[in-house]
Amino acid sequence: MKSLILFFILLTLWLLMSGYYNILLISLGIISCAFCVFVAKRGKIIDDEGLPIFFMPRLLNYLIWLFKEILMSNLATAKVIINGNVEPETFTVKASQVTDVAKVTYANSITLTPGTVTTKMQKNIFEVHALNSDFGNDVRTNEMDKKVTWLEGKK
Amino acid sequence: MELILDIFTGICFFIGSLSIIIGACGLIKLPDVFSRIHAAGMIDTAGTAFFILGMIFQTGWSLITVKLILIGVFIFFTSPVTSHVTANLARQKNILPVGKKIGKIL
Repeated sequence: MKSLILFFILLTLWLLMSGYYNILLISLGIISCAFCVFVAKRGKIIDDEGLPIFFMPRLLNYLIWLFKEILMSNLATAKVIINGNVEPETFTVKASQVTDVAKVTYANSITLTPGTVTTKMQKNIFEVHALNSDFGNDVRTNEMDKKVTWLEGKK
Repeated sequence: MELILDIFTGICFFIGSLSIIIGACGLIKLPDVFSRIHAAGMIDTAGTAFFILGMIFQTGWSLITVKLILIGVFIFFTSPVTSHVTANLARQKNILPVGKKIGKIL
C-alpha cells in the first residue's frame, strides 16, 4: 500500500519534471520509478518515517499557519537587525510529540521562523537560541508545539 | 493584464531584495555565530520565497511554474537542516552563545 503511494508520487514528479509526453519517455519513467520503489522496499525505508502520510489530512492547514508565522517573524527580525536591540538568549523547551518525524517537524519549524534556531536536541528536550526575548516568549508559549502535536494526530 | 503582472513581479522582487540586503547587513552586524544564523534564515525564507513568487507571476500557468514551486519546496525543506547543522556543530565545538541563558542548558 505504502509502496504504491510512493510509486504514484514519484511518477507524478517524473511527469511534471520531464514535460515530454511520448511513449518511450513515459515507459522509461515508469520503469525507473518502479526500480526506485524496489530499492526503497529492499532497504526497508518505506515506513512512517520515510513516507509520513499520516500528516497529509491536516498538512495544508498547518502550512498556512506556518507561512503566516514565518512572514510575521521575518518582519520582526528585520526590525531587530535595523534597530539593533539584540539580546540573545538560550533556553530549553520540551517537545510533546510521540514520533521522531513529528519532533523533526517541530524542530525544523522552530528553525524556519527567523529569530529562533534549534541548536541541540536530546530525546524530547530542545535547546533553542532566540534573538530577543520576544522571539523566546513565542516559543515558550508552546503554541507551535501544540500545533505540531495536532498535526501528528497521535493523541 | 501584462502590466499588472509586471507590477506584481516588481513589488515581489523589491521586497525580496530588501530582505536579502537586510539579512546581509545582519550577517555582518550581529554579534556571534548563533545570532548570524537568524539573519541567514531570513535570507533563505523571505528572500527566496518572494523571488520565486515574482517569477511565478511572469511564467503564468505552465510546467515552469511547477518547477519553480518545486525549487521553493526543496529550499523550504533543506534550509532549516543546514541552519541546524551549523548551530549544532558550533555547540559541539563548545562555542557558547553570548547573552543570557535561562535554566539548565543541554
